[in-house]
Amino acid sequence: MEKTITQKPDSKKQNLKIDSENDDESISKSLLKKFFIEVSSLTIFTLRFFREVLKPPYEFNELVKQSFLIGYKSLPLVAITGFIIGLVLTIQSRPTLAKFGAESWLPAMVAVSIIREIGPVITALIFAGKVGSGIGAELASMNVTEQIDAMQVSHTNPFKYLVVTRVISATVMLPLLVIFADAVGLFGSFIGVNLKGNVSAYLFFSQVFQSLEFKDLFPAIIKTFFFGFAIGLIGSYKGYNSNKGTEGVGKAANTAVVFGSLMIFIIDMIAVQITSLFQS
Amino acid sequence: MTIVESSIEIKKDIKQNNSVVVEMRNLKKSFEKNHVLRDINLSINKGENLVILGQSGTGKSVLIKCIVGLVELDEGKLLIFGKDISELKNKELIEIRKKIGFLFQSGALYDSMTVRENLEFPLTRQLGSIPKEEMNSLIVEALTDVGLEEAIDKTPSELSGGMRKRLGLARTLILKPEIMLYDEPTTGLDPITSKEISRLILEVQKKYNTSSIIITHDIECAKLTANRIIVIKDGVCAAQGSYADLEKSADSWIRSFFE
Ligand SMILES: Nc1ncnc2c1ncn2[C@@H]1O[C@H](COP(=O)(O)OP(=O)(O)O)[C@@H](O)[C@H]1O
Ligand SMILES: [Mg+2]
Repeated sequence: MEKTITQKPDSKKQNLKIDSENDDESISKSLLKKFFIEVSSLTIFTLRFFREVLKPPYEFNELVKQSFLIGYKSLPLVAITGFIIGLVLTIQSRPTLAKFGAESWLPAMVAVSIIREIGPVITALIFAGKVGSGIGAELASMNVTEQIDAMQVSHTNPFKYLVVTRVISATVMLPLLVIFADAVGLFGSFIGVNLKGNVSAYLFFSQVFQSLEFKDLFPAIIKTFFFGFAIGLIGSYKGYNSNKGTEGVGKAANTAVVFGSLMIFIIDMIAVQITSLFQS
Repeated sequence: MTIVESSIEIKKDIKQNNSVVVEMRNLKKSFEKNHVLRDINLSINKGENLVILGQSGTGKSVLIKCIVGLVELDEGKLLIFGKDISELKNKELIEIRKKIGFLFQSGALYDSMTVRENLEFPLTRQLGSIPKEEMNSLIVEALTDVGLEEAIDKTPSELSGGMRKRLGLARTLILKPEIMLYDEPTTGLDPITSKEISRLILEVQKKYNTSSIIITHDIECAKLTANRIIVIKDGVCAAQGSYADLEKSADSWIRSFFE
């Protein structure tokens, strides 16, 4: 604690210790209080989303525009990372499989890991970094510069216009991006397989599709809707409720990524429990 | 002040007193323990420019945000065009708010839209879909009013501070409001641009016969635009009068605004 540094350690050691203990306690108390306030206001925000999403009027034009922007802007980044992940995963897995003489399993193994886990999670993390922070910063700066107030004066519900459209767009676009990333990842893997050895595209993809089952694909896609929803919602929440200062913009963008990424892992963990429940 | 001028003032006053457009009675607003507005009583007459002075953080912005419903009041009565807004149905409230323009302190321009789209937004939002030619002529007229015709295809980030303020004004004027609320229209501008904006406020008043509340720290702006001035201190109206009256006020704190 900074306090202890500024004061002489020897003379007031006893006092300081008690002080800092009290401080620690009050800090952890206020942190706990902050946490519960945060959770409850996020819950209220989420409930408001569900209330407003059903009620007309619908901001259809803005929804289409946001979906386009959100999806299109992330496309190159998702493609590059998807390709590299597929390639690297293949190169890294080959020696282990070769040890067991199971090199022919390479396409199947990589396909399963990409589609079940790595494709959705990596794409969602990138999406949180790009789209989640973007939504957070955009809404926060609109908040600071009174653009949200101005919309309300123009007889527009800013929650519907800004938040609902972005959350829906994120929810719908992330699964599409994940499917795209999976496809590019498999292509990367195909290249990886052919760096050492010679496997035709037909053979590679027939092995991939033989190894995949509906129960791989379905839960993997379903969970990405939840990833997208969480990223869009947290980004919007952080931006919409940001402090009315310029520092609020950076903070909103930052916390949107941190909380968004954390939520991805939490949702992923829950999803794994649920799917294993159904599969056993 | 010459005799001729003051007689014009008196005539104006008589005409104005005929109709009060906004009236506040015992208005109170707190944010938790922060009692921002304690007891506000004021009224604006038709065609009048009312300037509100007060230190930063005294709740001037909160006061005018109450009028457009951005801030809900805790207690007191707010009458717009003689109607108590707490008794109005949603539809009537929307109709009344259409007649009120708000120029935000920061301009509140939509960064993601061009100048044209910034002007289209309030039009389509308030009036629904209107024919393209009509929309275009309204946009051109609003931009011409503020001398910004050439900037129509630019984005707000390409505009200077004065131009941004003027675009903000055009965006409010496009709906031909009867009441204009200006939140620090000249703050952050150089003296020459400030004067231009002040003149623009006067032109708007003349052309559209608007009644306005102008919040400002800029005493030059107050001098140019005010028909009447109200000073707010500690959440109440501490003084009111013409520029000349307040400039000679016995209270040194009030006089300090005019130095
Ligand atoms: N939405 C709000 N929530 C909490 N406090 C607010 C809010 N809006 C304004 N305030 C507080 O009200 C006081 C007056 O603010 P404001 O009206 O912006 O002052 P000014 O006279 O400078 O325009 C400030 O102390 C501000 O912190
Ligand atoms: Mg203010």
